[in-house]
Amino acid sequence: MSVTISFDGERLHGRDGQSIGAILLAGGHRTWRSTAGSERGIFCGIGICQDCVVTVNSTEGVRACQRTACDGDVVEREVRA
Amino acid sequence: MRIIVIGAGAVGAACALALTEAGAEVIVLDRTGVAGETSSRCEGNILVSDKEPGAEALMAIEANRAWRDLAARLDAERVPGQPATEFEPKGGIVVAFEGGADALERFADQQRGIGIRADVLDEPSLRATEPHLSSEIALGVHYPDDAQVQPSLATQAMLARARHLGARLRITEVTGGIVDGDRVRGVQTTDGRIDADAVVNCAGPWAGEAAGLFGSPLDIRPRRGTILVTAPMPQRVFHKVYDADYVGAVGSADAALQTSTVVESTPGGTVLIGSSRERVGFSDEGLLAPLAEIAAKATRLLPFLRDTMLLRTYFGFRPYAPDHLPAIGADARVAGLFHAAGHEGAGIGLAPTTGALIAHAILGTRAPLDPTPFLPSRPSLQGVLA
Repeated sequence: MSVTISFDGERLHGRDGQSIGAILLAGGHRTWRSTAGSERGIFCGIGICQDCVVTVNSTEGVRACQRTACDGDVVEREVRA
Repeated sequence: MRIIVIGAGAVGAACALALTEAGAEVIVLDRTGVAGETSSRCEGNILVSDKEPGAEALMAIEANRAWRDLAARLDAERVPGQPATEFEPKGGIVVAFEGGADALERFADQQRGIGIRADVLDEPSLRATEPHLSSEIALGVHYPDDAQVQPSLATQAMLARARHLGARLRITEVTGGIVDGDRVRGVQTTDGRIDADAVVNCAGPWAGEAAGLFGSPLDIRPRRGTILVTAPMPQRVFHKVYDADYVGAVGSADAALQTSTVVESTPGGTVLIGSSRERVGFSDEGLLAPLAEIAAKATRLLPFLRDTMLLRTYFGFRPYAPDHLPAIGADARVAGLFHAAGHEGAGIGLAPTTGALIAHAILGTRAPLDPTPFLPSRPSLQGVLA
C-alpha cells in the first residue's frame, strides 16, 4: 500500500502508515516551515517541540512528525516573515 | 578597582558590561546561572508606551535609545559564546475597548508632552496595522519606539561581551556580606570569601534579602507574573498589542491578582500572551486563576486565539518596589554597597541605562540622566530589614 501527498504542489509518495514528516524527509526536504531568520523542520521528532508544524488540508499547526499521512493530503508550508 | 556584581540577570549583566567597559575589574556571582530566573521568565519588553510622565518615563526614553545603540553594537560583532540579542523594534499598539478610549487618548496626549511618540490610529489604519484585532476595539494608539529583545539571549550577549573584555563569572551563592565598620570589603560565598572594593546588588526579587546580608534594609519584594505560549503559527500579531488597562495593573499597589492583556509574536512563530501581577511571595501555587483570566481577556482582544493551541505556560517573579521606581545607586548606610534592583517588569528595558547609572555612581562616568529619583536612600525603600 502506498500514499501520495502534495507538498506545496509537489507530489510525494510514501508507504502506508508513514508520518507526513517521514515522507517529507524521504522526499529530500529537510525543512518545511519558515520563521523570522531560520528554517524549521523535524527537531524532536516525538511530538513535543512543535517545530515541524505544517498546514494539512487547510488545518494549521499539524505536527508533521505525529500525523500519519493519508492518501491525497494537501500539505502546505507555514511562513512567518 | 574590583567590583562584585551579585546576580547574572539582565540588570547584573548590563552593570557588569558598563563597569568593565569603564575599566573596572568585575566579578559576577550568581547561584543559578546566566538569566536563570526573572530574566528568562519574562517577555523582553523595552517599552515607552506603558510609562506615565515622570522619572521612570524619562529613564525609559533614554533606555530605549541606549538599547538601540547597545543591540546594534553587540550584534555587529559577536565574540565566541555571544548570541544575537534578537532586538526587534516592532513598535506597540495599545488599544482600548468602548469606555476606555477617552482615558487612553488623554494618557497618550500626556506622553507626547514629554517626547514619547504616540500616534492615534484612525479605524482603517488600526485594521491595516493589526487585522486580527476584535471589531469591538474603540481606539488604538501606535507607539513606534516600543521594542523587544529575547531576554535570555540579550542577557547572555551582554555578559559574554563583558567577559570578553575581562569580567569573570562564578556560579556560587552569596551567603554573607563582609562589612568593616561601615565599609564593604567583599562577600562570603558557598565557595569562600571574595574581596572587593565595591558590591552591586542586582539580585532582582531577592535584592531585599541580599541587602540584608550587609545589614541594610531595602524594601524590594517579589511580584509574580504568568505568561501563556501558543503553538507556532503563521504570523497574525505584528506589534506588541496590549490593552490600555495594562498601565493601571502595572501601577497598582494591590497585592491581589491583576491581569491585563499583552500579546506578541516571537521570531519562532509562537505567540506570548500575558500578563498578570500578584504579590504571593515566591509561591508557585494557584497559577490556574491568573492563566484562565489572561486567556479569557486575550481571546476578547484577538478572537482567533480561541482556536489556538497552547504549548506551555511559565511564570516569574518581578522585583517590586513599593513606590514603583527602580533603586539604582549607593546604599544609604554601607559605603561601597550599591543597588540596581526593583525594576519590576521593566528590568530588561531599563538595563543599559541602569548599568550606566551604576558606572556613574561607582566610577564617576557620565550619568545619562539625573540619578536622584532612583537613589536607594529614598525613604520609601527603608521599610523592614529583610
